[in-house]
Amino acid sequence: MSELLQFLFSGVTVGAVYALVALGFTIIYNASDVVNFAQGEFVMLGGMITFAAHAAGLPLPLAAILAIALSAALGVAMNKLAVEPARGAPVVSLIIITIGASIFIQGAAQIVFGKQIHSFPAFSGDAPIRVAGATILPQSLWVIGGAVAVFVALWLFFTRTLLGRAVLATSNNPLAAQLVGINTNFVMTLSFALSAGIGALAGVLATPITLTAYNVGIAFALKGFAGAMLGGMGNPKGALVGGFSIGLIEALTAGYLSSTYKDAAAFVVILAVLFLMPQGLFGRRSTDRV
Amino acid sequence: MRMTPKSATLIVLMALIALSPLLFPSNFYYRVGALIFVNAIAVTGIVILTGYAGQVSLGHAGFAGIGAYACALAPVHLGLPPALAVVLGAVLSGVLAYLVGRPILRLHGYYLGVATLGFGILVTMVLTNERALTGGPDGIEVADLGLRGLLGDLGLKLSNGQFWYFFSGLCMLIGAWIALNLHDSPTGRALRALHGSEVAARTVGIDVARLKLRAFVISAVYASVSGSLLALQNRFVTPDVAGFMHSIEMVTMAVLGGVGSVLGAIFGAAILTLLPQVLTVFAEYEQMVLGLVMILVMIFLPMGLLPSILRTLRRKDE
Repeated sequence: MSELLQFLFSGVTVGAVYALVALGFTIIYNASDVVNFAQGEFVMLGGMITFAAHAAGLPLPLAAILAIALSAALGVAMNKLAVEPARGAPVVSLIIITIGASIFIQGAAQIVFGKQIHSFPAFSGDAPIRVAGATILPQSLWVIGGAVAVFVALWLFFTRTLLGRAVLATSNNPLAAQLVGINTNFVMTLSFALSAGIGALAGVLATPITLTAYNVGIAFALKGFAGAMLGGMGNPKGALVGGFSIGLIEALTAGYLSSTYKDAAAFVVILAVLFLMPQGLFGRRSTDRV
Repeated sequence: MRMTPKSATLIVLMALIALSPLLFPSNFYYRVGALIFVNAIAVTGIVILTGYAGQVSLGHAGFAGIGAYACALAPVHLGLPPALAVVLGAVLSGVLAYLVGRPILRLHGYYLGVATLGFGILVTMVLTNERALTGGPDGIEVADLGLRGLLGDLGLKLSNGQFWYFFSGLCMLIGAWIALNLHDSPTGRALRALHGSEVAARTVGIDVARLKLRAFVISAVYASVSGSLLALQNRFVTPDVAGFMHSIEMVTMAVLGGVGSVLGAIFGAAILTLLPQVLTVFAEYEQMVLGLVMILVMIFLPMGLLPSILRTLRRKDE
């Protein structure tokens, strides 16, 4: 029993990171129909910049804010320089562009931060908390809390604010949104900033547990993408549930079946879901207009 | 007499294979050339899948991995000669593509992308984790193809580099010839029709599901043969051959050069294979430059390099 609880704890912790990445995918996908494969790099940058700023003497909270702000700015730059100029390009081209951006950011990070593995101290100490025979790190609570807080904040933003509704309108029908006076270019910029910022936040929260290196981004991107896909592309609730599910499936596979194949479990589940429910758990059935 | 694009492509390729060695300052360039041809074979498969049929795969390196490890394992465990191991790998890849393709080819765009990506990752994982069989992440040695020795006995003495240059070149030519024939066959026309619009293709009586599956299987065999040749040439193989980055490389080469045409895609394979060789001068920046090239070509030459170049040339003629 305590063993199961332990696996669940670790599953929910990684799941929260995947959920944050999946939310980032969802925001950009909704605004522009682009799947941003560079999403994982923002997780890496969040951790890396925080590490570098902290090592340079900045207090941890300030370093974290700096990391999130810089990553958001980079997200905006990426949209302006790489994605916007290719608007309307076929899916393959967009995949290559965002993967190109991902490789570019990785290469730059390798030069700026080196190839070593980095970390910084946990926010509330390293003393594990004991719960019913299992233990959980205080930093895990930060990660889980962060994912839930971001989800709630996004939900409020999209349903309660004018700006959030403008984003929703744009994702629904860009032309109609433009006609009623919404600045769709600004909406795109905002989406990339939000998405990159959320990715960086995931990196800031998770790095004390998972550590970070210049090449960790791609794994986060794949798992987060899988989560978003599992939940149904473009659905924030789906992204949250999908991300947590991938984390739990991984942890349970690692615990009970085989730790070498834990990464396989996530993809087997996704393949199964795609066969049975091609639109994901919460996705709408789409009908193509011919 | 006007030449058909098909014979023009084949003649250009033949001339390039035959004449390039005249410019090679050292034996090392044969090795790079052979690498280009091996990549070009896989990329020709991508042309059939993505260029003709319009389907995306982010996991084709998985098939290259199967072809490569067939050459490493079949001679040791089944006693097959390496040449037959290539065939075995191709058959295995084809069958697997058929089984996997049936359910996943119903998906479109990003969903198909992630499904194929998942497949590729599963293959890599098996190759990495089944150490007892595959040697794990450190890789495994591959037997000698034996053909060079045979040619040597017949009086045709080639260095290892030269042999692989011409042999891979020949394989690439055969691959290109098949792909070009396919382009103008009823199957090829049907594939291009469903690329334009699946609904329209179905309306005129094309069995869309079966044709997509056929393109997927054919391209998987191409990837498998490419992986086999790579393994035989290096005499060594690691799970990286099936990895995500290799899958991305294949697609990027094809799209970079121009995914709609065999010659364009092979051109893309050449550029992307040469780029790291050129960039060794600033090795640190290699990754950044690669990423930058991918972005810039997609933005400014969305049709791919070769079609864009040809169009500019043609415009000058007029």
